[in-house]
Amino acid sequence: MTTLTTDLKRLGEVKAPPGFAGRLLAHVGMADSYNHFETVLGTVYVAWNRQGVSAASRSASAAEFEEWFRKEVGRRLVPAEAPKDLAAKIEDELQGRRRMRFDLRGLTPFEQAVLRKTREIPRGEVRPYGWVAREIGRPAAVRAVGTALANNPIPYFIPCHRVVRMDGQIGNYGGGGPEAKRSILTMEGVRVKRLEELARTGKRYQGVKTTGIFCYPTCHTGRHALEKNIVWLHDEASARAAGFRPCKVCRPAAVA
Amino acid sequence: MDGTERLFERMVHEHHDRVFALSLALTGNRHDAEEVAQDTFLRAYRALVTYEPDRIRELKQKAWLHRIALNVVRNRTRGVHPRLVELNGSEPDQALGTEDGALLKMELDALAVRVAGLPPRYREAVVLRHVQELSYQEAADALGQPVGTVKANVHRGLKLLRGDDHDDTDN
Repeated sequence: MTTLTTDLKRLGEVKAPPGFAGRLLAHVGMADSYNHFETVLGTVYVAWNRQGVSAASRSASAAEFEEWFRKEVGRRLVPAEAPKDLAAKIEDELQGRRRMRFDLRGLTPFEQAVLRKTREIPRGEVRPYGWVAREIGRPAAVRAVGTALANNPIPYFIPCHRVVRMDGQIGNYGGGGPEAKRSILTMEGVRVKRLEELARTGKRYQGVKTTGIFCYPTCHTGRHALEKNIVWLHDEASARAAGFRPCKVCRPAAVA
Repeated sequence: MDGTERLFERMVHEHHDRVFALSLALTGNRHDAEEVAQDTFLRAYRALVTYEPDRIRELKQKAWLHRIALNVVRNRTRGVHPRLVELNGSEPDQALGTEDGALLKMELDALAVRVAGLPPRYREAVVLRHVQELSYQEAADALGQPVGTVKANVHRGLKLLRGDDHDDTDN
C-alpha cells in the first residue's frame, strides 16, 4: 500500500525539462528566443518572438549575442529551437526574397519609419541617407536617419548597408565596419569600386539622353542604357536645367 | 517591465516544476505534459493582465494554477491518449534522488501512463491528493467538489491502480 502512494509522491517530484521556465516566458511574450544560423554571411545569431524577428547579429558567441541583445533591446533572451521555417526564411531574405516579419516595438516611430523605408531599397542598389529622410517626410533629419540606422537591431535583414553617404561614399556600418558593408554590397551585386569612383568625381546621377530621365547610379531602370546615351550629372539643379526629370522608381529628387 | 510581469516571472520560477509534474501525471507523457504546462501558464498570464490588483493579491497561486491545468487537460480536443513508454533505452535511466529504491525515470513514466489511464474523475482526485500532495480540502477546492466525493474518488482510483478489489483504507 505504501509503495504506491510513495511512488505517486515521486511522480509529483518530477522536474520540468531543462530550459522549460525560459520557454514559458518566451511563450507568453516576456522573453525572446534565439538561435544561430549558418548563412552566406557566416554564422548569424537571430532572435525572434511572436511578433517576428527582433534582432540579428554576427556575434562571435552566444554569450556575446545575449550581452548585445540585453543592451540593445532590453528584453530577456532564452536559447530555443528555431521554428521550422525560420532557417528557410533567413536564407530567402538574404537572397532578396522578402518574407520575414519583424518586431520593431521598442523603437521610436521615427526609427521604425527609417527602417521600414530602408527595407524598400532593392538588393543590388544603394540610396543616400538624405533619400531616406526625404522619403519619410523628414528631409532635414539626415543625421537622425544615420543614427537610427546605426542602431538598427536587425542588420542584414533590414538592409541598412544599402544606405550610403550623400556624396556616394560607402560610409560607416554598425554591422562590422565599412569593410563589412563593402563586402555585403559586393555580394549583392553592387559594383562598389565603380560607385566610389563616381562619387570621387562628383557624378551623383546618371541621365539617359534617350529617355530624359535621371537616376541614382545603381537604379535598375537605368542599368541597360547604352554608354553613348549616358550623361553624368552633378546635382539636381543642373539635371533639371539639362531637361532631365527624376526617375519615378529610384526617386533621386522629389517628383514635382 | 510592469508588476504583472514580475509577478508572473516569480510564479513561473516557483511553480513550473510542480505544474509540469501535474501535467505529466494527467497526460501520461512528457510531450503532452509540456504542452499542457505551457498552455496553463499562457492562460494564467492572459488572466493576470486583466485582473485588478486586489484580485491578484488574494490569488492562491498554487490552487489557481492547478485549476487551470485541470481545465486545459479537460479541454484538449484530442482527449488524453497515454503513449507507450519507450523501452529502447533512447534516454539514459536517471535515478531521481539518491535514496535507496529511487525510481528510474522510465518507471516513473510508466507509472504516469497508468495514472493517466484512469477514468478522469479518479485520475484528477488521485493526482491532486497523492501526486501533488494537496489536502483533501485543497483538492476539493481545486476540483469544485465536496470533500467526501474527492475522498471516495481517491480511494477508488488507488484501488484501480493497485488492480485489486478488496476494500482497504489508504490513509
